[in-house]
Amino acid sequence: MNIEAVKSIYFFEMARTRRTLLQSVVSPVISTSLYFIVFGAAIGTRIQEIDGISYGAFITPGLMMLTLLTQCIGNGSFGIYFPKFTGTIYEVLSSPISMLEIVLGYVGAAATKGLMIGTIILITASLFVDLSIAHPFVMLFFFVLTAVTFSLFGFLIGIWAKDFEQLNLIPMLVIPPLVFLGGSFYSIDMLPPFWRAVSHFNPVLYLISGFRWSFFEISDVNPLASAAIILVFLALCMSALTWIFRTGYKLRS
Amino acid sequence: MAPIVSVSNLSKTYASGFEALKGVSLDIEEGEILALLGPNGAGKTTLISIVCGIVNATGGKVTVGGHDVVRDFRQTRAMIGLVPQELTTDAFETVWNTVTFSRGLHGKKPDPEHIEKVLKDLSLWSKKDSTLRELSGGMKRRVLIAKALSHEPRVLFLDEPTAGVDVSLRKSMWEVVERLRASGVTIILTTHYIEEAEEIADRIAVINSGEILLVEDKKALMTKLGRKQLRVDLTQPLETVPDSLASYDLRLEGDGERLIYEYDTSAERTGITALLAAMAEAGLRLKDISTRQSSLEDIFVEIVEAGR
Ligand SMILES: Nc1ncnc2c1ncn2[C@@H]1O[C@H](COP(=O)(O)OP(=O)(O)O)[C@@H](O)[C@H]1O
Ligand SMILES: [Mg+2]
Repeated sequence: MNIEAVKSIYFFEMARTRRTLLQSVVSPVISTSLYFIVFGAAIGTRIQEIDGISYGAFITPGLMMLTLLTQCIGNGSFGIYFPKFTGTIYEVLSSPISMLEIVLGYVGAAATKGLMIGTIILITASLFVDLSIAHPFVMLFFFVLTAVTFSLFGFLIGIWAKDFEQLNLIPMLVIPPLVFLGGSFYSIDMLPPFWRAVSHFNPVLYLISGFRWSFFEISDVNPLASAAIILVFLALCMSALTWIFRTGYKLRS
Repeated sequence: MAPIVSVSNLSKTYASGFEALKGVSLDIEEGEILALLGPNGAGKTTLISIVCGIVNATGGKVTVGGHDVVRDFRQTRAMIGLVPQELTTDAFETVWNTVTFSRGLHGKKPDPEHIEKVLKDLSLWSKKDSTLRELSGGMKRRVLIAKALSHEPRVLFLDEPTAGVDVSLRKSMWEVVERLRASGVTIILTTHYIEEAEEIADRIAVINSGEILLVEDKKALMTKLGRKQLRVDLTQPLETVPDSLASYDLRLEGDGERLIYEYDTSAERTGITALLAAMAEAGLRLKDISTRQSSLEDIFVEIVEAGR
């Protein structure tokens, strides 16, 4: 195991975060605060409580997930796409480093960054609303697993993407609708039966529901189903990655 | 002694169906400077990329230091430094960080003293905190060299190192290469300039269309290939070469208005003096005289034809 190389990639990527501190940390904090003001303060005065939880608290896990998913996919994909784009990937490919170590470095850094920003959102949220976490370990389970899985997913997108448009396609166009329609801002019990049924096909619903359960013990779907969904998605990403390792897909001609 | 790099029967067909290498075999001895000489598109970069692990071979085998580059990639890649043809750099990084990063990638523990020495050797020390986008092309090239040297490689690949490089940098680059060779590093450089190969290499491998045409000691090759033509334009066209000049093996061209004499620049006597005297004696009136070095292209044609 080439530990030095994993460390090099990891810290190199983390240094990039430091350089782009404003964009990567401040902007999610601002947008979260805006969500709290708009949804929490404005709508929250109309919707007092959902399942006995104040509206501001209710939306917090969904907001964390929204940021976590977009950040992890964004960072995971950019980390590997950028060297591909500039050509500096030659160096990684000609180093004594296995694909697994490359993934550890890039995905590890993307997940770390996502977790940092998720935590900042949690702290910001706690300034607006009273929060308690009923099952801290379950919360960490979902938090960390989601960060790792979606950073890995981002890494796959970064390898697949051949231009910036493709790179941004999924984080910009696919994730937000899934998150917004996945019960971030409401309980799906509030939907008409048809839309409630449709929502069950949205994997992000399971993520948000399970995550919310760890906070408040309320959920739209069984928390075990949530855990199963994220594990299945992780397994899918890992198999795709194994295939890429074997074939050198889009990395080695 | 076993060769440090051994390429045997290496072939590469790209996904497009293009056959870039057609069964290349080449042994490189430890401590030598080998120039891989060939025109654009010959397959030089492809060959290097396979040795370094950037491109997968279609067939054949490469070993570095006795290790297979696919199976034992950790050993082989740790030994190799690569300076790519393209100036690919991470524009927003500092020189210091990018060179340190390279060392880490190759599994070496941090060693700021070594990095400092490398940067100083390449006259980059004063730029260590500059970001790469602030540097000129020549300096970027030096940064790429510094990156390749950051992990103390035993084998260094320089892919067209002088492309877009000015004379003074070229000179200092050859000094660095000489110093590395003196310290025992094996150097393989690619070029499409025959003068460059001549200037620096111990041995020259000529490659064209994915095939190695010959590998030879520089001196032997230069003698073999260092031929020149003397062209003599005449005021009056000739029907045939005069008998008195028969011993010179002359050729008539351009409707008898030009005589061509081929000679060997490295020979003790080129025969030019005697030839010109003989021409005057034969009563030929000369309009113009010029000489022409055989170009790389002529040499390729010659080698390809000799190979038939
Ligand atoms: N990724 C690729 N896909 C298809 N053809 C390629 C690829 N890379 C290089 N080639 C072709 O292979 C040939 C050899 O290229 P290269 O090894 O770069 O030559 P050189 O370095 O000697 O100029 C060229 O004709 C080039 O167009
Ligand atoms: Mg080339």
